[in-house]
Amino acid sequence: MIMIFGIPGPLLFGQLLLGLINGAFYAMLSLGLAVIFGMLNIINFAHGALFMMGSFAAWMLLNYVGIGYFPSLILAPLLVGIIGVVLEKLVISRLYKLDHLYGLLLTFGMSLVIEGLFRNGYGSSGLPYRIPDILQGAVNLGFMYMPIYRGWVVVAALVVCLATWAIIEKTSLGATLRAATENAPLVQAFGVNVPRLVTLTFGGGVALAAFAGVLAAPIYSVNPNMGDNFINTVFAVVVIGGMGSIMGSIISGFGLGVIEGLTKVFYPQASATVVFLVMVIILMVKPRGLFGKTA
Amino acid sequence: MLEISGLNAWYGESHILHGVDLEVREGEVVTLLGRNGAGKTTTMKSIMGLVPRREGSVKFRGGETIRMMSNQIAHAGIAICPEERGIFGTLSVTENLKLPPVIAPGGLSVDEIYTLFPNLKERARTAHGTKLSGGEQQMLAIGRILRTGSKMLLLDEPTEGLAPVIVQQIGRTIREIKNRGFTVLLVEQNFRFAATVADRHYVMEHGKIVDMIPNQLLESSMDKLHEYLGV
Repeated sequence: MIMIFGIPGPLLFGQLLLGLINGAFYAMLSLGLAVIFGMLNIINFAHGALFMMGSFAAWMLLNYVGIGYFPSLILAPLLVGIIGVVLEKLVISRLYKLDHLYGLLLTFGMSLVIEGLFRNGYGSSGLPYRIPDILQGAVNLGFMYMPIYRGWVVVAALVVCLATWAIIEKTSLGATLRAATENAPLVQAFGVNVPRLVTLTFGGGVALAAFAGVLAAPIYSVNPNMGDNFINTVFAVVVIGGMGSIMGSIISGFGLGVIEGLTKVFYPQASATVVFLVMVIILMVKPRGLFGKTA
Repeated sequence: MLEISGLNAWYGESHILHGVDLEVREGEVVTLLGRNGAGKTTTMKSIMGLVPRREGSVKFRGGETIRMMSNQIAHAGIAICPEERGIFGTLSVTENLKLPPVIAPGGLSVDEIYTLFPNLKERARTAHGTKLSGGEQQMLAIGRILRTGSKMLLLDEPTEGLAPVIVQQIGRTIREIKNRGFTVLLVEQNFRFAATVADRHYVMEHGKIVDMIPNQLLESSMDKLHEYLGV
């Protein structure tokens, strides 16, 4: 067996892959948070609950309507995104003129309500979601066996993250979004319906979380608290990447997943804290995060 | 084209405009002169719907706009080049230029804007709009609203802080867009510059219009003007 730094190769690569997968979820979730924070100035604590709703939406579509995994990848984000649009219109939009703290409190409360509702309806033990047939099994990469579904998650997450980045950085819609982040009243005075743009941005960020939720359904059991496991780390990722930075979220999401995975191999006791340790160090060196804009 | 009567505006508790009355006819260039704090910029922002609270009447092409949101006012055909230019640092020069949506046919093409401002063409690939010099940013701020097809332009101190040679170029541009049929309401501190481009001048004091001077009478009104502006 190959040994690397005294660690069996398959173990090392196995944890690396696990780290990449967690990193994929960190990246997708922190990306949505970054987009929402940039545009709405809201720290969306309900993001984990919306991620969980994406998972449940996929489960419900399968078990109540018979709609399978691949259509759910489109449908579930759409449905949850619409719920996000309704939430933004009804509640969140009332907070824009107030301090950050109110948005944080409101969305935190929302996440408790949403999770409570699902716990009432479905218990907290978790529901199984089968990996689609075509993504079953594993391939031998020579140095390790890789479950096909896990490889698919990493690739799908990368594609979605880069597509989001491209939309924001390279299209005229993205230019309008960036401009509205900088000076919303002026963009509106040019004739752009900024409130509608804000609503759609929130819906888009929510849809990203729900997409991650569908990808997660076959890996983690579908349960009301599944978002909680991620959300704390994801906030650290957003801070490390730089609040509101798109590329920062993607890179630090994947990067921290890998760092976490490697820590599990070399010093397992620290694996739960390493992300926050990195956060402390980064903030000491760069207070605005790795890709944060300087003032 | 633009008829304003009894316009009041507030920022929070402070009452800034106290019944502004003015009129801009189609094809005219009209300036708003006045000391700092007289309410010139607030008048511009009030026309555009950019103040928290406004009352009175702002009619554009006969239609009342006082209850409209600023994006609806833009679609009615009024475009603003704001104080301090409002160039976006997270957008490239080209993105800044193409940011304001086209609301009607008849605007200038990007090529025509580059002909008007050759510097902008050279700097088109600059990644951050705010990396341009002050003069270039001003040209960008004017150029981007010429694209939209709006025929009523609000220019808020386009010459502020710029070198004389750039001020002359801005002056040529304003005369050129007047010839193309645009209507301009211009805020100016510098009445010598205003005299080279405008048909009429309104003088503001303490949130009201206190005088209107046709451009041909500007020379003979110098004493009065010096008193108004305190120069």
